[in-house]
Amino acid sequence: MKKRLATVSLAGCFGCHMSFLDIDERILDLVQLVEFDKSPFNDFKKFTQHCDIALIEGGCCNEENVRTLQEFRANCDILVAVGQCAIMGGLPVMRNAIMHSNDPLRECLEEAYNDSDYVYNPTNEIPNDPALPLLLDKVYNCTEVVKIDYQIPGCPPSGDTLWYALVALLKGNPYELPSELIKYD
Amino acid sequence: MNATIKFRIDGTQVVTKAGLTIMKAADNAGIYIPRLCDEKGLEPQGSCRICIVKIGGQIVASCTQPAEDGLEVENDTPEIRNYRRDLVKMLYHEGNHLCPICEASGRCELQAVSYYLGIFQPTKYPYLQPDRPVDASHRDILLNTNRCIRCGRCIRASKTLDGKNLFGYIGRGIHKQVGVNGENLANTDAKVGDAAMALETCPVGCIIQKRQGFFAPIGKRRFDLKPLGTNSVKQQKGGSEQ
Amino acid sequence: MEEKKRRLFVKQSCEKFKNSRFRLLDILWEIQNGLGGIEGPVMEQVGKLIGVSRVHVEGLVTFYAFFSDRILGKIIIRLCDDIVDQFFGLDKIIEVFSEELGIKPGQTSLDGRFSFELTPSIGMSDQAPAALINDVVFPKLTPGSVKKIIRQLKEGVPVFKVDDTCGDGNNASALIHSSVMNNIRHTGKVILSDSFLPEKGLERCLNLNPAEVIKEMKDSGLRGGGGAGFPSGLKWELARKAEAEKRHVICNADEGELGTFKDRVLLTERAPMMVEGMTIAAYAIGSSEGIIYLRAEYAYLRPWLENILEKRRDTNLLGKDILGKTGFHFDIRIQLGAGAYICGEESALICSCEGLRGEPRIRPPFPVEKGYMGQPTIVNNVETFCCAARIFEKGFDWFSNIGTDKSAGTKLLSVSGDCKKTGIYELAYGTAVADLLEMAEAHDTAIVQIGGASGEMIGRIDFNRKICFEDLATSGSVMVFNSQRNVLKIVDSFLKFFIDESCGYCTPCRVGNVFLRERIQKVMHGDANHSDLDYLRQLSNLIIKTSRCGLGNASPKPVLSSLEHFPIVYASHLHEPREGLQRQFNIQKALEESRRIAKRRSMIYDPVYYDTN
Repeated sequence: MKKRLATVSLAGCFGCHMSFLDIDERILDLVQLVEFDKSPFNDFKKFTQHCDIALIEGGCCNEENVRTLQEFRANCDILVAVGQCAIMGGLPVMRNAIMHSNDPLRECLEEAYNDSDYVYNPTNEIPNDPALPLLLDKVYNCTEVVKIDYQIPGCPPSGDTLWYALVALLKGNPYELPSELIKYD
Repeated sequence: MNATIKFRIDGTQVVTKAGLTIMKAADNAGIYIPRLCDEKGLEPQGSCRICIVKIGGQIVASCTQPAEDGLEVENDTPEIRNYRRDLVKMLYHEGNHLCPICEASGRCELQAVSYYLGIFQPTKYPYLQPDRPVDASHRDILLNTNRCIRCGRCIRASKTLDGKNLFGYIGRGIHKQVGVNGENLANTDAKVGDAAMALETCPVGCIIQKRQGFFAPIGKRRFDLKPLGTNSVKQQKGGSEQ
Repeated sequence: MEEKKRRLFVKQSCEKFKNSRFRLLDILWEIQNGLGGIEGPVMEQVGKLIGVSRVHVEGLVTFYAFFSDRILGKIIIRLCDDIVDQFFGLDKIIEVFSEELGIKPGQTSLDGRFSFELTPSIGMSDQAPAALINDVVFPKLTPGSVKKIIRQLKEGVPVFKVDDTCGDGNNASALIHSSVMNNIRHTGKVILSDSFLPEKGLERCLNLNPAEVIKEMKDSGLRGGGGAGFPSGLKWELARKAEAEKRHVICNADEGELGTFKDRVLLTERAPMMVEGMTIAAYAIGSSEGIIYLRAEYAYLRPWLENILEKRRDTNLLGKDILGKTGFHFDIRIQLGAGAYICGEESALICSCEGLRGEPRIRPPFPVEKGYMGQPTIVNNVETFCCAARIFEKGFDWFSNIGTDKSAGTKLLSVSGDCKKTGIYELAYGTAVADLLEMAEAHDTAIVQIGGASGEMIGRIDFNRKICFEDLATSGSVMVFNSQRNVLKIVDSFLKFFIDESCGYCTPCRVGNVFLRERIQKVMHGDANHSDLDYLRQLSNLIIKTSRCGLGNASPKPVLSSLEHFPIVYASHLHEPREGLQRQFNIQKALEESRRIAKRRSMIYDPVYYDTN
């Protein structure tokens, strides 16, 4: 039976998803092995049923990220954190470095929308539409929020890395990558 | 001292002149022992503990431990490899090591040692995410101490190779860090040509030469071309942790 | 102070110690006391005067807790925040200090009069909570007494006149004049006994040759009293055998282990005996120079000790041709520490004596081969030197017959915590913990911490264990806790101590201890599960195995020891994770700040959505 695969990009840049497409024609082999469920690849917005494997891109920087990740944990057997952001927060986590000030989140928003020399924002307004999900106090990586089963490092992991890791997982082989495929950047 | 001594590293016999450290003797014999705080031409200080080996049930730093006749040294065993992995991970968690945005990526020894040890990506410990100062005062040199691993190579290089004492350790415990000899780097006589500022001296991306970022493209960087440990008799192990 | 005056003062301070970089610690003390702090420009000036870099000076200033790189108040209050103090009302005391002074711990008042700091282990655990105000010790603080003290200080009463009561014994002497109590509860045969005949041991030694002295020392079976238990005679022998022109005798009076205060009492009551022991050691190894490394917390004892040394010089017990023995010259200086637990480690202590950061050295070579100034050095504990004096007075076989097979003699135990009679007990090695508890009138004891933070934490089932090197080795600290006390809180407090006191030299100790504490707190908050206990064990093992010195080898002990002896405490705090979620992640807390800034509630995580504006 085909395994069911879901993917999502949380606080990420979709780079890992792009990199996934670098498996090129092997995507034809992949669809022999898996059925895509909720994923940007097929634009399924909701889970249709319980999944075997999910690839998570990006960490959590707002409440929606958290809900999505928790939803994935509840609906999938194996969660694979893909890329720097999912594994350790990546670029968004840089904002945690100002976490030590007294009012870190405000400081972060002021810097982003008002204070920086490179911002043009005549109204000095910080976006606050009710439809915007609330930001978290800091950026959390996926392991801090839910249990993560595997991780594939890289920014992004190469198409090859993703392919070999995924095939190993699908076939239940030992998860062992040749060292050339492990890169943090 | 002209006497030769014989000892074994993981069963391989090493013949060397007396008076060397285990690491020196191993280097001469072409056996790689991973390291971070030690560099050729500088006094060893045994602080990073990555080069630990086991002799007679005791764990010692091979960069400071003298080689002795008849020693049985355990170097690349599962136990030692696991200790080394954990120690390297600690360094990642202690500072802010964001490889994708770091100028040193690809020529970073911390990263290269992790690859050598087969570390997937450090998530074992909590990230401390420190907020340490960045010193950009100098015209040509930038210090981003968020990436410092306290190896002290710049301190020793400045002292012994440049005769300048530009750097020194300040603070203690988790707050121990490398301080500069003045209010900031611009107030010292640091020059971009100093041995302490050389790209090879800082094993990470803490000491950065301005206008030099990302000078080598991905695939052509120092450790892309020659990963750490691959020049030795023992080739890199394929195995990784999980 | 205006700049010109300041520069002159700094210059004079350096000259006082001959502009020697080996006396940097003393120079910095001089400046710290005179200026209230050592700021950048001063560091620069000192560096120039003594021929080191500014960052070298900064390295020392930022290493030692008693030095400061900003100007502190004229009156510095250092309140001890050990676990014993915490259990005896520390929080309330901090609150009162803060209220009265208008500043929080770590701050200096705006008028520059007061600084308020927290500090570990000032050696007053039997009289907790206690504080050091400048050099003066204020034991047994209560909210009332704190108010009184601050009121007087504000009125301008000098610190040493604030508390006019005097403690027992030599504490009442003019040179100490302190309200500290000795609290000697049990005198043993060796050190605290009244039968000691001064200088008899030294006289007998001088009639022997040094090799015979060392042999007797070895035969006595004496082992170091600092906790590690290295045979003292062997140490002396190694130092004597090492080839060198000069050798050194250093007395380690830097007891920093949590809950220990025996050296405080010995320095007060048995200093001549200790100096006699040092003199014997000097004769045995062939040394002419000795150092007493006195911890900064005991600076109030310095005049007293200086006076004893002076008196001995006057009576030819120190100086040239001691007691007429031609060619035997020996003198002692006092080196004041500056607040670093790690300096109790012998090679770190030697670094400190040489005016360096107190970081342990690479070994080999060992101090007995290359120690102080690169010359063979023995470092022994105060208690060890006291024993040495007695051994030569009474004979080595008299001594070795006391105690057990492998632990000769007596041990001074510093008992603190939940018992009626806290204080010093000199007992023969081999005494059971239960007997000690009975003597100390400890009731309802649940936990005993033997050997300070780096020692063993035992529960009731182990109270029949014996205090000796074969069973429970100890530096002398015995902290007693009753059944109301929280094991995890104790462990957490010890880990905080190790994090603060780690020198930061090697990775596992510098970073690992921080991770240990993080996980212990996770357990305390009920967020941990079984896998966290494995993590704790594994991390502890890593730190023990790969650290460079004894501090890292011991710092995970509270964790391992409590896991072994109090597994139920841990088990009761564990919660298995729910559906793969991490317990410590708290979405409500993570959103708090955002709600405040955005002035709205969460659409997802708040039960009903209202726009509150």
